[in-house]
Amino acid sequence: MSVVVATPAATPIILEGREGFFGRLSDRFWRNPGLLLLLMLTPPLLWLGVVYVGSLFALLLQSFFSIDEFSGLVRYEFTLKTYRELLQPANLDIIVRTVAMAAVVTLASAVVAFPIAYYAARYARGAWKALFYLGVMLPLWSSYLVKVYAWKLILAKEGILNWIFAKLHLTWLLEAWLSLPIVGGNSLSISYTGTFIVFVYVWMPFMILPLQAALERVPVNLVEASTDLGATPGQTFRKVIFPLALPGLVAGSIFTFSLTLGDYIIPQIIGTSRLFIGQAVYAHQGTAGNIPLAAAFTVVPMVVMGLYLWMAKRMGAFDAL
Amino acid sequence: MRSDRRARAPLGLKLAAAGGLMFLHLPILLIFVYAFTTEEKSYQWPPPDLTLRWFAVTWNRPDVWQALGLSVRVALVSTAMALVLGTLCAAAVSRSRFFGREAISLLIILPIALPGIITGISLRSAFSIAEIPFSTWTIVLGHATFCIVIVYNNAVARFRRTSGSLIEASMDLGADGFQTFRHVILPNIGTALLAGGMLAFALSFDEVIVTTFTAGQQQTLPIWMLEELVRPRQRPVTNVVAMVVVLVTLLPILAAFYLTRDGDHTAGAGK
Repeated sequence: MSVVVATPAATPIILEGREGFFGRLSDRFWRNPGLLLLLMLTPPLLWLGVVYVGSLFALLLQSFFSIDEFSGLVRYEFTLKTYRELLQPANLDIIVRTVAMAAVVTLASAVVAFPIAYYAARYARGAWKALFYLGVMLPLWSSYLVKVYAWKLILAKEGILNWIFAKLHLTWLLEAWLSLPIVGGNSLSISYTGTFIVFVYVWMPFMILPLQAALERVPVNLVEASTDLGATPGQTFRKVIFPLALPGLVAGSIFTFSLTLGDYIIPQIIGTSRLFIGQAVYAHQGTAGNIPLAAAFTVVPMVVMGLYLWMAKRMGAFDAL
Repeated sequence: MRSDRRARAPLGLKLAAAGGLMFLHLPILLIFVYAFTTEEKSYQWPPPDLTLRWFAVTWNRPDVWQALGLSVRVALVSTAMALVLGTLCAAAVSRSRFFGREAISLLIILPIALPGIITGISLRSAFSIAEIPFSTWTIVLGHATFCIVIVYNNAVARFRRTSGSLIEASMDLGADGFQTFRHVILPNIGTALLAGGMLAFALSFDEVIVTTFTAGQQQTLPIWMLEELVRPRQRPVTNVVAMVVVLVTLLPILAAFYLTRDGDHTAGAGK
């Protein structure tokens, strides 16, 4: 049998260049992938790298200026005076209060989020699984202000929570709690307890998702091996499941911690009149006009989050994101 | 993690999970009840009576319509900008390895990793240094900055699941780069972009922390709500607006979920 070999001369191995503007452009990109990359990256980098990071640096720079006590104007020369002002007891109080609140909120979110994430990862299947996912996603994405507003309704003196306590004849319990130092206050909506509940409510969904993802990645055979070797469910949980899910927990805590640290609306609407970092920043840049001190205050969450992220990275939390 | 199918959840776990989910959802449902209450001076529970009157009152409020209009305009423009910039970044980062690639993904995540107040105050001081007056565009600038990451995340996840061989096949069959983009890449990443765009819209529509710094005297709907929260003047109207906001943000989230739900398979890798 004879095989007819197609003459190679008829079809050139290298095609000719394309015609027209777009054809030539396309060829150009193909030969020169770096050019395409450069063109693709320039607009977003101009935006984020120049506009955004530029303004961040401009803000940081302002924290090294100071305000003139007599004229109230910003003096544009390098000084650490503003940072000395930041370390005054009144301002240190604000920092400690905010970091403590962020820590407590993070712990509480972990405790409330864990059962949801655990159930969703280990037991929920099919339609239930989708329902659980939506059940977390909807509150996470629904309006932040509406959520805060809902709690204003709930915690109001004439609101539903006081009504429930009254119906259950437990008003004395609520009053006993409110008469405690620090956590108490005149009513729930003007106490740290109220602020704390709203913070947990608003940021907790951010804890559930990474935690659930980490729990889903725990290999079943390790759990089975632990059971086969005679561990009780409690031991399996403590020695096998929890350590393997820890990176997810840390990843979630990055969100709850960072979001609490920078928030200034929740403590303004529900809480005492004592300031949090966000409120201090807002007050100093607004009415007081002390931009250098406001800038120095924003450095605090940046430094705290920097330390936090560094520790989280060491614990392997970024692989769990 | 999957344990065997016969495994039953302990009762305590079920109760804790159900309790946690109720804690997340009941407060939002409460908003719906309050929108119908006849009480206008306080947040009284239970509502003394139910009425539809406040919907009509809200409908006739020009300030609410104005705020809503501004919010929708800002959200649309920021979403469009975020779609372009986020997709460009995602395409560049997922197609090639280059020096500084890690730094770029960090840069994109920065606007949501840093507390919103930092983004807000730094943009505001940058505006005042550059002497840019507040306008719709200053709000858009702030919003687009943190919407990019939402689009980027969705697009990068889809690019990772789109097989490179599809693009190579298209090129081998003689399509030029633009045809490949239009007929191969875009259909593959389209739903991811739509989902990312919807989430970006929801995020921008709802944003208040950065907006308070970049809006000046303008009122978006969240800023209108914030003022009502700080100094309640028209509780019934606020109740209705809150309910509408819940519904408006709910739809894009459900749509985004629907669009990205069965994403475990890689297009073009099966055969």
